[in-house]
Amino acid sequence: MTGFFTLLHKELLRFWKVGLQTLFAPMLSTLLYLLIFSHVLEEHVQAYPGVTYIAFLVPGLVMMAMLQNAFANSSSSLIQSKISGNFVFVLLSPLSYQEIFLAYVLASVARGLAVGAGVYLVTLGFFEIPVSSFLWVFVFALMGSALLGALGIIAGIWAEKFDQLAAFQNFVILPLTFLSGVFYTIHSLPPFWQGLSHLNPFFYMIDGFRYGFFSVSDISPYVSLGIVATCFLAVSWLTLQMLKAGYKIRH
Amino acid sequence: MTLAIEVKQMHKRFGALQALDGVDLEIGTGEFFALLGPNGAGKTTLINIIAGLTLASSGSARVMGYDTVADYREARRMLGVVPQELVFDPFFTVRETLAIQSGYYGLKNNSSWIEEIIHHLDLADKADANMRTLSGGMKRRVLVAQALVHKPPVIILDEPTAGVDVELRQALWHFIKQLNRNGHTIVLTTHYLEEAEALCSRVAMLKQGNIVALDSIKNLINSISGCSVRLRLSPDTLPLPLQPLMSNYEDGYYILAISEYAQLESVMAALRMAQAQVLEMQVLQPDLEEVFVKIMGHTKNPQPVSR
Repeated sequence: MTGFFTLLHKELLRFWKVGLQTLFAPMLSTLLYLLIFSHVLEEHVQAYPGVTYIAFLVPGLVMMAMLQNAFANSSSSLIQSKISGNFVFVLLSPLSYQEIFLAYVLASVARGLAVGAGVYLVTLGFFEIPVSSFLWVFVFALMGSALLGALGIIAGIWAEKFDQLAAFQNFVILPLTFLSGVFYTIHSLPPFWQGLSHLNPFFYMIDGFRYGFFSVSDISPYVSLGIVATCFLAVSWLTLQMLKAGYKIRH
Repeated sequence: MTLAIEVKQMHKRFGALQALDGVDLEIGTGEFFALLGPNGAGKTTLINIIAGLTLASSGSARVMGYDTVADYREARRMLGVVPQELVFDPFFTVRETLAIQSGYYGLKNNSSWIEEIIHHLDLADKADANMRTLSGGMKRRVLVAQALVHKPPVIILDEPTAGVDVELRQALWHFIKQLNRNGHTIVLTTHYLEEAEALCSRVAMLKQGNIVALDSIKNLINSISGCSVRLRLSPDTLPLPLQPLMSNYEDGYYILAISEYAQLESVMAALRMAQAQVLEMQVLQPDLEEVFVKIMGHTKNPQPVSR
């Protein structure tokens, strides 16, 4: 287990040492979103009865920040060590592919949770956002970050250059997060787009996470959790297969 | 006896390129072994397969008896590899790098050995410097140190002295020789054949993915019969009877190939007969480079006999 903990520790140190960029920058940008959208849309959007738009928006933005940062952590760590060549030290070591997987996912979860908690704590200074169930909040934060951490491993392994990783991030992750109901409830959408949103796994993460705050959601949190967990298992299975086969890392 | 490295019928294909074409190789424990061959011969591919960095198309490799695929964790514990590229993690200092590397191998309290390696490789002044700030030679030392953190019985060095200054090269070999004396098996690749000749007991020569020679350095050199004589004469003409012996002529020096020392006498006699004055004379022993050139099939362009 020492090998696994060392890799996890190294991955945690990696983002901690550049915390300004990996923790505080995303916290700031999320708070800017909050400031702007809440100002513009407060009058126009009423998502759930009795829930202000700001209260509705905060959990969405917190989740979005967690997902994006969890993804960014594993994917950028992997592509950096692949391109600079120092991934060889992990590959030469007796670490098993399961240990490598778990260390990268957990480091991603740690960064996701740190950014999410940071954003939430700062917003508490301005707005009152009560939590109705810490358990649901935590479960969805954990599952969402873990899923995106695993997706980040896939992207980091698949991408051979930084621009390919950026493409994955801009054309897959970003649209899926923005179109998942961070800024709106999908009930406000036309039926076609509502149907399409149901195909987006990110929607269930946001919806379930929000349930933890308001005990109201578009979908039952159990269904959302089931779908998110299934996605996590499927993505993890794929990631483990890639690591086991040495896809693009052990040529 | 357990073999340090055992490679059987190793094939590796990269698209259209057959990088390894059925390599069989056995390296005993305690050997100081060199893998030689021109660029692209397959040396690094072979090393990478043994290290698990590359998966073979077919064939198997074992390190200290452990299969590099089936028992990869044990096999990797037995092996320390110094990669050819100067790679490093820019987030960490030298000491952090070595502590992390130890941890990967499951070693928690390894600081006394780490300090010893730092001392031996003369890294003490830079131990707390970030990897980014190190010179190329220093980064090379850290790579060697990283390969040694888990005291592997088998150490592979892929061109460890490429682009390294003389002082470090000597210090490095001194340290590696000491490790070999302490029982570590050493396998290296190098383009400096005199290094291989000075250090190694046995070599394998690779050419286009095949082992074309595998023997002790002594046997390989003995396989080249005879030696050569290098002469500068006045007047600068080679007497007619000696012309069949000439293998090369450059810058006023005639190189004659003779099959045994006794033949020197007839060479001298022929020179006396022709009243040629010997200005300089050297007897050249065949060396590994000559064997290498011969085996790799390079033939030097013969110079014209007369000027």
